[in-house]
Amino acid sequence: MLSLRNLNKRFGGVVAVDRVDLEVAAGEVHALIGPNGAGKTTLIGQIVGAIPSDEGRIIFQGVDLTRAKPHERVRAGLARSYQITSIFRRFSVLDNLALAVQARSGSSFSFWQPVAAETALFDEAREIASQVNLTDKLGSVASTLAHGEQRSLEVGLALATRPRLVLLDEPMAGMGPEESQRMIELVGRIRAKVTVLLVEHDMDAVFRLADRISVMVNGRLIATGDPEKIKANEEVRKAYLGDELAA
Amino acid sequence: MNKVLTRVLIIGIAIAFPLAMHALDQQFYTSFATRILIYAMAAASLNLVLGYGGMVSFGHAAFFGAGAYLVGILAAEGITSLWIAWPMAVAVAALAALVIGAISLRTRGVYFIMITLAFAQMIYYIFVSLKAYGGDDGLSLASRSTGLGVSLANDFVWYYLVLVLLMIVLYLLHRLLRSRFGRVIEAIRENETRATAIGYPVYRYKLLCFVISGAIAGLAGALIANQTSYVGPALLHWVQSGTLMVMVILGGVGRFWGGPVGAGVLLALEELFSGSPLLGPYSLHWQLPVGVILLAVVLFAPQGISGAFSKKPQ
Amino acid sequence: MSGILLLEQSLNGLQFGLMLFLLAAGLTLVFGIMDMINLAHGSLYMIGAYFMASFVQATGSFWLALPLALAATALVGAALEITLLRKLYERDHLTQVLATFAIILIANELVRIIWGSQSLMLNAPAGLTGPVTLPGGVQYASYRLAIIGVGAAVAVALYLLVTRTKVGMLVRAGASNREMAIAMGVNIRRLFTIVFALGAALCALAGAMLGPILAVQVGMGENILILAFVVIVIGGIGSIRGAFVGALLVGLVDTMGRALLPIGFAQVFSPQAASNLGPSLSSILIYVLMAAVLFFRPQGLFPARG
Repeated sequence: MLSLRNLNKRFGGVVAVDRVDLEVAAGEVHALIGPNGAGKTTLIGQIVGAIPSDEGRIIFQGVDLTRAKPHERVRAGLARSYQITSIFRRFSVLDNLALAVQARSGSSFSFWQPVAAETALFDEAREIASQVNLTDKLGSVASTLAHGEQRSLEVGLALATRPRLVLLDEPMAGMGPEESQRMIELVGRIRAKVTVLLVEHDMDAVFRLADRISVMVNGRLIATGDPEKIKANEEVRKAYLGDELAA
Repeated sequence: MNKVLTRVLIIGIAIAFPLAMHALDQQFYTSFATRILIYAMAAASLNLVLGYGGMVSFGHAAFFGAGAYLVGILAAEGITSLWIAWPMAVAVAALAALVIGAISLRTRGVYFIMITLAFAQMIYYIFVSLKAYGGDDGLSLASRSTGLGVSLANDFVWYYLVLVLLMIVLYLLHRLLRSRFGRVIEAIRENETRATAIGYPVYRYKLLCFVISGAIAGLAGALIANQTSYVGPALLHWVQSGTLMVMVILGGVGRFWGGPVGAGVLLALEELFSGSPLLGPYSLHWQLPVGVILLAVVLFAPQGISGAFSKKPQ
Repeated sequence: MSGILLLEQSLNGLQFGLMLFLLAAGLTLVFGIMDMINLAHGSLYMIGAYFMASFVQATGSFWLALPLALAATALVGAALEITLLRKLYERDHLTQVLATFAIILIANELVRIIWGSQSLMLNAPAGLTGPVTLPGGVQYASYRLAIIGVGAAVAVALYLLVTRTKVGMLVRAGASNREMAIAMGVNIRRLFTIVFALGAALCALAGAMLGPILAVQVGMGENILILAFVVIVIGGIGSIRGAFVGALLVGLVDTMGRALLPIGFAQVFSPQAASNLGPSLSSILIYVLMAAVLFFRPQGLFPARG
């Protein structure tokens, strides 16, 4: 579904993403793991168009999106959630989600009719909210939500654009065990409808959810394969997993 | 107080005001009130782009002044009909906003503020250098615009015309802010990165918002030219841009009535302090207390006056 | 177009550019390090000029008055920073714009109250009032040459200060990572006050030196402030090198544009058209320059931040 070929990104003298080739198959949950600073978030930024690539190609569902603008990529079916929560803090949860739904349902160059009258928008927003377990918080202002709930909204916003492929950047960041469990279940629920590229540090989640895992270290992709193969890979163990997996 | 009741009250007072002034033989205040209404429109237009859109444009005087100068120049050339002059003023201001916005909105943060300021300066110099149309001294208009069958020289009639126009503009803004477009604009102000990430071509929305704001400022400019039957470089000066910003912040940036309230308060303060016995021999220096009040509001009450009266968190 | 005119105007442009640099340097430092838009910078320039005029009158000597004016303005700058501007560092740009705009209003009125509304007389020092003969036989005002000399000397001194001294290093450290600098024991608050006072002194120098050429009057700050902002936008915010290049560019383009454009136009268009178009186009020349620079390099020529 998504094909990254020879993707490169330099920031001054630092090579953040180094000749990355990656394939994400339709319908899978593909995890991307690696130590902090490995370039995972930069890679996501390149895929969605927030960060222009120096070299390489991004091909999504057969279409070359390398030069496409960010909003065009969303129209094409890509969506991302952020590692550091980036929501519309002063809007309510319902309004947050409705905004995302609005983006892909017709033109927003509409100046006269009040949005409040568009019940279809809000119904869909409610549906997304139930998917991410935020139904009882619909009326709450986003900034008043607990951290875990904000992370759920974060994912919800990405899902509300009804993407084909969603890039989740550390959705479980800063979450306790209970909240993480809920997030794992969430991803488990959505995988039927959408392909997922999941960046995570939580190895429990990764090994439970992933069909395949890719490992990124210092900007390079050093291994790709199914979870067992990755666990056994010497290079990966040395570079990243180390003692964590010995247990 | 109930929202509908408040609005009815405000409109009622606005309508009754000139009648009351006439009865009290204080016609000057009708003209003063008209001035407030015109600046209310200009400030409201800035509030759209600044308060709701989050774009700190420091060059709004360019659109305000351009609209005014258009009317002045056309009048000098013999075209006094408001059916021609006013739409042209709006069109020119909108065009200026389109060009300036198209370039400026490619920049961020302080660069944006500075570049809007600089473009406004360009417009200032262009108009001021037109020796044929007044240059440094400005241009007097022989009369107010014609075309309505009634003489607009009558301050009474003029007040009501301006009031009607202001109400129309405010109503249009009210609908705009509640529409899809309005939502997107506020979302962009709230979190531009995320707005892009969920699929909005943010630049286009900001540009359109900028143009709408400029167009309304152009109309206000056309009105101010008529109000004083004079257009001068001061209308285009960056201090004028600053004054409009002050009105918006005093009134409450991003709050619906911020523009009108701020215009009313600032002009009232100006009137109060200058030439009043309050400051005695220092009344010429009315900008000093205004500056102090502005500083105080900015530092201690950033929500402005509307904010102080509203219970809703913004 | 005579060579003499060209030489004269380029020297004028150089002179103006160097003075602009003094203003821009302080402005860009405050901006780059404290992330603060300071519209009141022009007011410090004005206050410097006014102090200079007063001290010259009091002491009878230009060269005695100069350091006094610099010190006085630096004190005012430091006081302003400590009492008011400090509160603005954490606030958003709009707040900073409005607050410093308020300071302009207050400063203008205070100057009017203290010194009156008339513009003040400030004369070039005796000994520099006459012309000097340059190689090639051209006459040029010696005072303007002195300005070029002073401006260039200060530019070099500033460069050395920022790149070679401990203070300069602290300034750059404070700019790139405030928290780290604090953790390492740098007194950030005092550093900021010093930077601000230095910027104020530079403004005063420019104001004092330009006083004899331009008028010392209320509102002189606003006119030059815009130019200073154009300079730092072109040069790149936070960069002294950018401020220098930007200032020279703006000084030269503006001065030579004003002098040469109307002449050039007269060759091509009718004198009527030239006298109409000439002045307006030369005024907007630097803004066109700025727009062009920003079009290709939205962060300016030498952006200090990544």
